[in-house]
Amino acid sequence: MRILVVGAGPAGTRCAARVAERVRGASVTLAGAEPTLPYDRVALSKLLAGEARAEDLITHRLAALRDLGIAYRPGIAIAALDRAAGEAVTARGDRLAYDRLVLALGSAAIRLPLPGAGLPGVVLYRDMADVRAMLRAAQDRGRAVVIGGGLLGLEAAVGLAARGMRVTVVHAVDWPMERQLDAMAGGLLATRLGTRGIRFAMPASSMAVEGTERATGVRLSDGSVLPADLVVMAVGIRPQAALAREAGLPVNRGILVDDAMRTADPAIYAVGECAEHRGRCVGLVAPALEQAEVAARAIAGEAAAWAPRADAAALKVSGTAVWSAGDIADSAAESIVLRDEAEERYRRLLLRDGRLVGAVLYGDTADAGFYLDLITTRRPVAGLRPLLAFGPAFAREAA
Amino acid sequence: MNAVRTTCPYCGVGCGVLATPEGAVRGDPAHPANQGRLCSKGTALGETLDLPGRLLHPEVDGKRASWDAALDAVAEGFRRALAEHGPEGIALYVSGQLLTEDYYAANKLAKGFLGTGNIDSNSRLCMASAVAGHRRAFGEDLVPGVYEDLELADLVVLVGSNLAWCHPVLFQRLMAAKAARPAMRIVVVDPRRTATCEGADLHLPIAPGGDVALFNALLRHLHARGHRSDAPGLDAALAAAPGETGLDPVALATFLDWFAGTPRTVTLFSQGANQSSAGTDKANAIINCHLLSGRIGLPGAGPFSITGQPNAMGGREVGALANMLAGHLDWSRPEEVAALREFWSAPAIAPGPGLKAVDLFRVAAEGRIGALWVMATNPAVSMPDVDSVRAALRRLPCLVASDVTRESDTMDLARIRLPALGWGEKDGTVTNSERVISRQRGFRPWPGEARPDWWIVSQVARRLGWGDSFAWAGPADIFREHAAVTGLARPAERVFDISGLAGLSDAEYAALAPTRWPVARRGAQGGRLAPAARFVATPFRPPAHEISTDYPLRLLTGRLRDQWHTMTRTGPVPRLMAHWPEPTVTLHPEGAPPEGSLARIESRWGQAVLRVRHDPGQAPGTGFVPMHWTDRFAPPARVNAAVNPAVDPVSGQPELKHTPVRVTPVAMAWHGFVLARRALGTDLAAWSALLPAAEGVWRHELAGVDAPAAAFAGLRALVAEPDAAWVLLEDPAAGLHRAALLRDGRLLAVVFLGPDHALPARDWLVSLFAGDAIGSAARRCLLAGAPAEGPAPSPTICVCHGVSAAAILGCGGTSVAAVGEATRAGTGCGSCRPEIAALLDSAPPAAHIPKDGSGSRQEYAATLVD
Repeated sequence: MRILVVGAGPAGTRCAARVAERVRGASVTLAGAEPTLPYDRVALSKLLAGEARAEDLITHRLAALRDLGIAYRPGIAIAALDRAAGEAVTARGDRLAYDRLVLALGSAAIRLPLPGAGLPGVVLYRDMADVRAMLRAAQDRGRAVVIGGGLLGLEAAVGLAARGMRVTVVHAVDWPMERQLDAMAGGLLATRLGTRGIRFAMPASSMAVEGTERATGVRLSDGSVLPADLVVMAVGIRPQAALAREAGLPVNRGILVDDAMRTADPAIYAVGECAEHRGRCVGLVAPALEQAEVAARAIAGEAAAWAPRADAAALKVSGTAVWSAGDIADSAAESIVLRDEAEERYRRLLLRDGRLVGAVLYGDTADAGFYLDLITTRRPVAGLRPLLAFGPAFAREAA
Repeated sequence: MNAVRTTCPYCGVGCGVLATPEGAVRGDPAHPANQGRLCSKGTALGETLDLPGRLLHPEVDGKRASWDAALDAVAEGFRRALAEHGPEGIALYVSGQLLTEDYYAANKLAKGFLGTGNIDSNSRLCMASAVAGHRRAFGEDLVPGVYEDLELADLVVLVGSNLAWCHPVLFQRLMAAKAARPAMRIVVVDPRRTATCEGADLHLPIAPGGDVALFNALLRHLHARGHRSDAPGLDAALAAAPGETGLDPVALATFLDWFAGTPRTVTLFSQGANQSSAGTDKANAIINCHLLSGRIGLPGAGPFSITGQPNAMGGREVGALANMLAGHLDWSRPEEVAALREFWSAPAIAPGPGLKAVDLFRVAAEGRIGALWVMATNPAVSMPDVDSVRAALRRLPCLVASDVTRESDTMDLARIRLPALGWGEKDGTVTNSERVISRQRGFRPWPGEARPDWWIVSQVARRLGWGDSFAWAGPADIFREHAAVTGLARPAERVFDISGLAGLSDAEYAALAPTRWPVARRGAQGGRLAPAARFVATPFRPPAHEISTDYPLRLLTGRLRDQWHTMTRTGPVPRLMAHWPEPTVTLHPEGAPPEGSLARIESRWGQAVLRVRHDPGQAPGTGFVPMHWTDRFAPPARVNAAVNPAVDPVSGQPELKHTPVRVTPVAMAWHGFVLARRALGTDLAAWSALLPAAEGVWRHELAGVDAPAAAFAGLRALVAEPDAAWVLLEDPAAGLHRAALLRDGRLLAVVFLGPDHALPARDWLVSLFAGDAIGSAARRCLLAGAPAEGPAPSPTICVCHGVSAAAILGCGGTSVAAVGEATRAGTGCGSCRPEIAALLDSAPPAAHIPKDGSGSRQEYAATLVD
């Protein structure tokens, strides 16, 4: 059986490896768009900050891929699918035949449609090439404006600051990382990053990138201009679904898949950020890898189904552990907040009907598993409420 | 070291103490009362020497004044009152805390020179009924027995006495005697099952006010068993209305048989008997039984009144009660009044008795008292119907208060405040409950401008023109004069005669060893007394105010083991507060509001709000509240506001042990506590109690009716400090708010609020204040109120060695002795031994009760041999 995996990110590479293991006599081809060996995209921030070298990020050497039985094809851009023929067509017109196709296309960083967004000096933050572009810009120190205060934006800001740039983050919401953090944790994080020299324009929206030859600044909606030698856009990602859409597969935000990660075409699977499962696209590596495993088992003919777990985001931003899970924006939920001003620790637990529905941990995420379990199992917690915020050492006993 | 022999300032046992200026305190092995023992309060005496809030300078109208100005103001106040109201319109209210010499000076000023009988002592609240009973039976205020009788007796009956808590050293002597002679029996007659019952063979849970009925029944029983007496009045006594004891007939019969069949029987009675509208009858009903059985003044036999205060007896000796003269002289004998008038050169000597305490404050409330001088006592807390007393104090044109402390509720109301010397500073004598006169000696310098009470009295007398009669150089002069007065009655038959001490030199006075009166001749030493006596008919009367449908519960007040009176001395000592750290009402669990909640105790006279404590040993239909709490510590818990002002018709002693009340749960929007490094006051919330939790740590127990979040913010603002950081837990939907304030790992304050009283124990949090560096791990669980690992916080049982209930139960020891070996609990003062025994009894029975049915109680008695 010929299996073609398109996309050599973490999900694609994992799926290729598992298929190679599980399907007897399989011929597995892994086609990556970037001209590199598979690498750990999550660790790009370390490369940017100078905490790791590029080769440290490589997850699979060529020999290792070969040993797994995977034919690796880097630098291949797939332009179209010929589903009737069972072939993927590259930009150069080559045709790669498949019996099963796995789309692990990931997502693309969004470039805001601002005036001047295309000027030299404006970069996105998605892949190795983007990081190299930032590192080149950072060589002259100077000023950087990062548009977007999500996880990626902050990582870019921290990395650039570590490289000696004076960084301002422009963010549309009152606090950074609002999808993972509540206002208090976001505020703590902003304060902490502030001690590293990172400034925030928040809430603020960018109206234009100033400059004629290259970017010189970012103009905000209040008319002020933040001077910039480098502008990084980190305002979100969009699932890479165009290829599937053009091939006639059902696509919403991402490529629609069933529980086995199969698209409407039984020969075609989609995993990772490009896939949309029951209305949701994943954005974190852990569920993407799970999807890759499920797709591999399905291709091998085993029963397999992916069930999303409560969203849990365990992150480390600038040395600060943050974690959140469940619904942290539920305005009808009751909140238990525990915070330690001096030690910069904070946790918020959100309860509805006597059950934990969401949690944000900042600075100390040791009890994350305990809260994730409570959120997932929906166990009543009313009886242990006064001790809930102190974690399992206290709350289990009371339960 | 340079230890000074002195006497403990607490209860009427009058223990000898060896003390050093540095505050090292131990029991005096040479003193006959305690033979080296001390109780928890006595052991902690060293911690009370540097009393916070000490009054160090005279004050007039709230401003510091010179002694001259202050004494002038006192003299002027009394002169004006005399002019306006006459001698009936001035008064002194004095205290069993005073030394005999101070007492003598005050009484001489009042009765001899101001010409008023209006000098009463707070002993009126303590043992006035016993005094009246003695006088009716013996014609004089005499305690026939000595402490040794308790050890020699085969049966000791404790009536209305929680001896284990209120007179711990005497209780230890009793327990040691029982351990040595297990056949000895102890009976406790008390509506409550107190700590004293842990050492008893029989507890008779008598109906409140039922003591007369019990001893009337006993008198009949003794008569039926053939006891006879020639003393007058027996027939009337036998015919007196018997009354109801409320006791189980079998238990009653057991007691009657034991008493009738045990020649060596001591009946010890205390406030539980005295504080009653039938208090004098109770004393006489007891004495009647001893008289009929011929058991008075014999080794191991006699009625024995034990007093509450260190020098109640001294006050009785100098006549510092409104209905007594001086030196047991009697107004009813004109020749004795004349002798005293001549001796004192006091032509204006008061013609007759004055107002007793309850009447005194009632008359003051009517505006008929122009000047009142309160010495060393706190009537604004201790009197019944106390809100009326406060109103009376406020109304006084001239209220003078002399005391060691600035921080008493009475001091707050005083116009002139005079700093008196305290224990360890003043010098004189006290007389304990077995008639032993002991020296209290100073071993500390006089602080600030504080002066002896006798000196203050003499200076006022001088300003009123009587300086020659008060020209004493020191307490020895006064003592000699007092001793001489006791000889004035001759040749009348008078037992109290210490004229044999009137010739003591200054050096002999300074070195005076404990001496029991009478001492009619130099060198004599008193012993047991067997005075001629008469029977007094004591027809049973129910308490003055009976329960009703509106007020269905009987309120009893009393004391805690480690607190003294209105807490002016013991209240600030954390170690003593630890035993019972909150104002409580103890109720039988059935039908009571939940344990830990707040309840309102309400009577016709007033109310108090207290923390509910359940105790199956509390008789259903009764409630017990400690009388100690003041505005200083817990304004809502001043139980005397609710206590009825009924008095005994003979003694004038208030009925503090029986007030009809109702108990209603008090709903609060939140309950909480604040621990801080300073006292924040007692007005932090609708219900507020202030307690010293540890050295430099104050605990504020609170409950409020306002919004919890707002209260939380307010309390945090109150303790906030610069450069300090908070750890916060907020669950507004559940009403949970907790915060801890730290700076550099040092805990500065803790604020906990919750929707109900289910809050974490405070002990562990309090212990964290002692450490300098609270590490990251501890910070993490600070607001949980408990460590993540290790034993849960547990109340302290042994104050001396700081041993918790959990440590006692967890040590593996199954007897008080074994617990002592394992944990040292109970091996200090021993006051907690009954509680350790009770704790062991309450633990799962298989753990420690021997199969033969003998409980730990017997073992407990057996462990008391030192």
